[in-house]
Amino acid sequence: MPEIKSLIQEYAVLHGTARNNLLPLLQEIVRQENYLSEDSLLEVAKTLNLSPADVYGTASFYNYLETVPRGKYVIRLCRNISCMMQSQAEILSTVSSLLKIKVGETTSDKNFTLLQVNCLGWCYKAPAMMINNEVFTELTPQKVIQIIKEYKEK
Amino acid sequence: MESPNQKRIDLIFSNYTSSKYKVLERTLQRPPDELISELMDSGLKGRGNVGFPTGMKWKFARREDAGTKYVICNANESETGTFKDREILELVPRKVLSGMAICGYCIGSKKGIIYLRHEYSYLKEHLQNEISIFQEFVKQFNHDFTIEIFSGSGSYVSGEESSLIESIEGFRAEPRNKPPFPVIKGLYGCPTVVNNVETFATAQVIFRIGAEEFLKLGTSYSSGSKLFSISGDTKNPGIHELELGTTIEDVVKEFGDKNIKSVQVGGASGYCIPQKLFAETVIGYEGLTTGGSMIFFNNSRSMYKVLHEYLRFFAEESCGLCTPCRVGTQQLLLGIEAVKRGEMPVGYIDVLKKLALSMKISSKCGLGQSVANPFISILDNFKEEILY
Repeated sequence: MPEIKSLIQEYAVLHGTARNNLLPLLQEIVRQENYLSEDSLLEVAKTLNLSPADVYGTASFYNYLETVPRGKYVIRLCRNISCMMQSQAEILSTVSSLLKIKVGETTSDKNFTLLQVNCLGWCYKAPAMMINNEVFTELTPQKVIQIIKEYKEK
Repeated sequence: MESPNQKRIDLIFSNYTSSKYKVLERTLQRPPDELISELMDSGLKGRGNVGFPTGMKWKFARREDAGTKYVICNANESETGTFKDREILELVPRKVLSGMAICGYCIGSKKGIIYLRHEYSYLKEHLQNEISIFQEFVKQFNHDFTIEIFSGSGSYVSGEESSLIESIEGFRAEPRNKPPFPVIKGLYGCPTVVNNVETFATAQVIFRIGAEEFLKLGTSYSSGSKLFSISGDTKNPGIHELELGTTIEDVVKEFGDKNIKSVQVGGASGYCIPQKLFAETVIGYEGLTTGGSMIFFNNSRSMYKVLHEYLRFFAEESCGLCTPCRVGTQQLLLGIEAVKRGEMPVGYIDVLKKLALSMKISSKCGLGQSVANPFISILDNFKEEILY
């Protein structure tokens, strides 16, 4: 928390406290901490002179501004129609059994979170997923096992 | 295999070897009014999902007397089944940046913003490098125009132009009441042009080849060509540039697998076209207006699953601001599930249909208004699959 507090304050010094700084600042905190804790949200509210409800209300609107703790690597599997048609279910069960977590859960070592998300924009190379901001396409169970292995070794 | 009715077009991704911003340099030497006239003559309409005439949008913004104006490139490409804007930004970003700069020159704006959806964050560094190079050229051309990237945080409804503006201002991406439209009162209350990635790239193409050449493609209502994002049951998934005015039949012939029973045109917010309507359905502003998503379904696919997935998508992405959309999206989803399980009588589907139609006229923005498109077009054509 002390680091986040100074991150917030440094951000405010650099960019000011106008409302349009709210989303970039929240994004920065998620980059650092993988999610927005209650303490971070309160600190942002105080620094930008907004009500905590306003800050939480804005943050919770957006899919990538997580308000619950997430792992170091967030795996987001595309769940939309084109991926569904290319055996996305198989990818999901592979990841799920490999990491022993269900959708929405985080591994006990806090390294991986598994989520299903809406269209990632790779329908012609379905099925697709993202791990943090890195994109993986034309997935097969073998490919996914290899990718997760590499992330585990990171 | 090319069908005889179809010419392959290559305007958006071609001519990229010249990296000197020649088209931009040449265009910035012409008077703004002349450029707007040419754009209007070209008949270019927005390449997102709505299809508003681009030249007119620029003209409205030009007319406004304001010290600050904005040019926003909508790169929140979140419609299911579309991926062409991402590819444009990756492969031909200079066309987009040029289109934005020309727009800025025409309307009197010095500030451009690219609203990049979070899912495309991997592109940010590449795009930032391109912007730095672009900025050097713009300086050489004695033109004052800067572009910055604003990263989205994950929201489908941010693709709606007023929601997108709310998001840049730091709020929940909820749509505004219109009028006033963004060209009059947009970002921070200033006149703002919001155009899709492909629209800016196409504007650059028009200023390169001229309106006359552009008009040779397409139909009188729908001039030019457009990118289509093709996926699903196809041997050739990917991005294909086609002339507007093409029929679904031609597209299916060229790209579809065997036994295609329907095509979803325009993603979740678009329409399901069944096989019997392939020949008579024209893609273009006189027929089906679309952002370019086309998903093919063959005989083995369950249309119930397709509809269910779209309704789940809408229920999740509804911003929750207006009641018809917030409650309607959830009730439609629960409703088809209940009928499928036999908990509600078959006739309940007609109640749901009425609900979808009410949402079309009473929802605040395009999201809620368009839920009826897939709902009714899938239901009417595949009723047995939905009910039983």
